[in-house]
Amino acid sequence: MSALKRLVCVQCPLGCKISVELSDTNRILSIVGNRCPRGEEYARDELENPKRVLTTSVRVLNGEYPLVSVKTNKPVPKSLIPELMKTIRNLKVEAPIECGSVLVEDVLGTGADLVATRTVRRAKG
Amino acid sequence: MKVDVVVIGGGAAGMAAALKVSEQGARVVLVERDERVGGILNQCIHNGFGLHYFREELTGPEYAERFKKALEEKDIEVLTNTFVKALDVREKKLVVVSEDGIRILETKALVYAAGARERAFGSLMVPGDRPSGIFTAGVAQRFMNVENRLPGKRALILGSGDIGLIMARRLTLEGVEVVGVVERLPYPGGLLRNVIQCLEDFGIPLFLSSTVVEVRGRERLEEVVVAKVDENFQPIPGTEKVFEVDTLILSVGLIPQIELLEDLVEVNPTSKGIATSNLGQTSIEWIFAAGNCTAIYDLVDYVTYEGEMAGKYAALYAKGERFGPKVAVKAGENVMVVQPNWYDPSEELTLYVRTRKVIEKGRLVVGSFEKTFEELVPSEMLRVKIPRRHLNGLSEIVVEVKEE
Ligand code: SF4
Repeated sequence: MSALKRLVCVQCPLGCKISVELSDTNRILSIVGNRCPRGEEYARDELENPKRVLTTSVRVLNGEYPLVSVKTNKPVPKSLIPELMKTIRNLKVEAPIECGSVLVEDVLGTGADLVATRTVRRAKG
Repeated sequence: MKVDVVVIGGGAAGMAAALKVSEQGARVVLVERDERVGGILNQCIHNGFGLHYFREELTGPEYAERFKKALEEKDIEVLTNTFVKALDVREKKLVVVSEDGIRILETKALVYAAGARERAFGSLMVPGDRPSGIFTAGVAQRFMNVENRLPGKRALILGSGDIGLIMARRLTLEGVEVVGVVERLPYPGGLLRNVIQCLEDFGIPLFLSSTVVEVRGRERLEEVVVAKVDENFQPIPGTEKVFEVDTLILSVGLIPQIELLEDLVEVNPTSKGIATSNLGQTSIEWIFAAGNCTAIYDLVDYVTYEGEMAGKYAALYAKGERFGPKVAVKAGENVMVVQPNWYDPSEELTLYVRTRKVIEKGRLVVGSFEKTFEELVPSEMLRVKIPRRHLNGLSEIVVEVKEE
């Protein structure tokens, strides 16, 4: 006996509908419906250890804007997201910040860096 | 100031258009009413952008930043904090206003890329009080992602479009309790990936076939009443549920912004946006339009492609080239929205199609072109290139989806 598990790949906006065939011991027998290899990887992860890219903002000191948007540069375990948010909420970074610069390396030991996703210049005056 | 092309709006469509104009060697000026270019991308800090166009996944600000950089490198003139006050169609002149005063722009062609606005609470005619604490999703998003303010403590979201779903996650991450998302249709309005990533990941309930029937509160919002609806979207008595919330977020649709051109050019009857050809040309020869002011697109990547197309042809027009004649494109069976409005054989036809209802298996028919799709939903638009040979000799192009 095998069971079918249906997933929607969230790795890109195409949102492929993936069917995973599982054995009675929950072993993956087949993966179909993904339009690219990332979908297969996603399906495996989603069943074993779901991960997401976290996007949020960090407070900026002396910037033209009060916030800089950030992301983890790799998907992080979904279960760690609340703790990551706590850490990020207490962060403050000094302007100027370049888009793409690393604000925290290996955040909470996830192996992912926290990266700025916009440029924030220093406030004038 | 005398230029070849004026671009109105510095969002995704306008930035792409301005870059294409300059690539054609024409002189362009970009007019933006905000303090910076990037448009709505600046506040869409989530990812999922750019997979088509850049073949990598970017956040909104990153997507915008690539175009901003390109504008700077090409030395394209950008007038920020500048508003278009009037358009003289006969003289091809625009009156623009900024802190520095009033300026006249003389041009040969125009690209209108004003984007969309959100449907407001007033248009929903919900009975009850009018307390504070009711926001459109875009306004709440700007609060949180740009201005560092929280809209409230406990929120309900009306409308399951992508912005509503993304706001549900954003609010939850920032510690606002989201008690649910209410959708009047029997299926979610946004992409499935967002239902999973934004609601299921956080255990936020989705109430389908439901709507808000009353809002209560003296100064600040206190309660929102939700009821189930029947097939005609009429509330079913006895199904009311009361949610104690201080915040109601509305994600009930976007409307193409067409004010400046409304009475001048033809409007696409299916999208209610500005009607254009596949070159981006409107019913006034020298005026082009692209992006969400022509039709509401699912992906910013599509907006960029259409912005580039309008920019390219506006530049060619400014240099003296003329195009056409155009063939009308019309919505047939099961088609709710079709963009563009006309086909000009100067370029291949790229169609954007939204179906009227959920279709398990449907065959898209355009001239002699046929292609079968599975699980068509109105919330996910199709983008299909129709090779020229399928359209030869047609005096009118009808776009249909036949159920199989
Ligand atoms: S399988 Fe590939 S193409 Fe399909 S949604 Fe996932 S990443 Fe996108």
